[in-house]
Amino acid sequence: MATDLAPRVRLPASARRGEVVEVRVLVQHPMESGQRRDEAGRLVPRRILNALVVRYLGREVMRMRLEPAIAANPLLGFFLRAEETGMVELEWTDDDGTIHRSSHRLNVAG
Amino acid sequence: MADTLPRRALVAAGLAAAIAPLPRDAGATPAEARELLRRLAPGAAREGRVTLRIEAIVDNGAQVPLVVAVDSPMTEADHVRALHVVADGNPAPGVASFALTPRAGRCEVSMRLRLARSQRVVALAEMSDGSLWTASREVTVTVGGCSA
Repeated sequence: MATDLAPRVRLPASARRGEVVEVRVLVQHPMESGQRRDEAGRLVPRRILNALVVRYLGREVMRMRLEPAIAANPLLGFFLRAEETGMVELEWTDDDGTIHRSSHRLNVAG
Repeated sequence: MADTLPRRALVAAGLAAAIAPLPRDAGATPAEARELLRRLAPGAAREGRVTLRIEAIVDNGAQVPLVVAVDSPMTEADHVRALHVVADGNPAPGVASFALTPRAGRCEVSMRLRLARSQRVVALAEMSDGSLWTASREVTVTVGGCSA
């Protein structure tokens, strides 16, 4: 079952060329660990976002493998070096096979 | 006063229910956490260059902020290639692994963890020269914040 991650991404309004900027990402996802029991006592199957790939100007900045120890509604922070105005792309892989993609503009001056 | 006992019973039942999905014997062991790190990044790691920022005592084990930073210039010639985080008291020891490039500019990542109980959080960085650096922090998790 696909989920709307409703990604909220915080980037600086503008960055200088060469500046290293922080990217903060918040997504909505239960990150079911596979350890929780429902009201009837049955284990709720694991379903997490298991991978994130971050690209900027089409090139990979970093990738992350997430385990069930990452809390529900993941809030992540990482850095990238601003080069020129362009898109920061996020690609998440859900345990259910869904790929979620979103693009976010980074404005670079100078 | 009259409601003290029922209230206590309710609190106790709530705590029991909160703890039930993660029984103590379901936890990973420090040996399993070390074994996982050995698989992810074989070799001898030295203490240093890695900084873990996490509270020593947390009330709510469901959402524990963690920042991991590695001292590195993040240039083509000298950067962090991979960063692994494990916790030795959760049902499984893995937390997250990062593959990094010089385009990050700075090796610092933040996230929020689930910690089932008090345990040690360990980070291991693999540099572009192949050297391994590590740091760890002991975290005490109190049960009080379960309903938060």
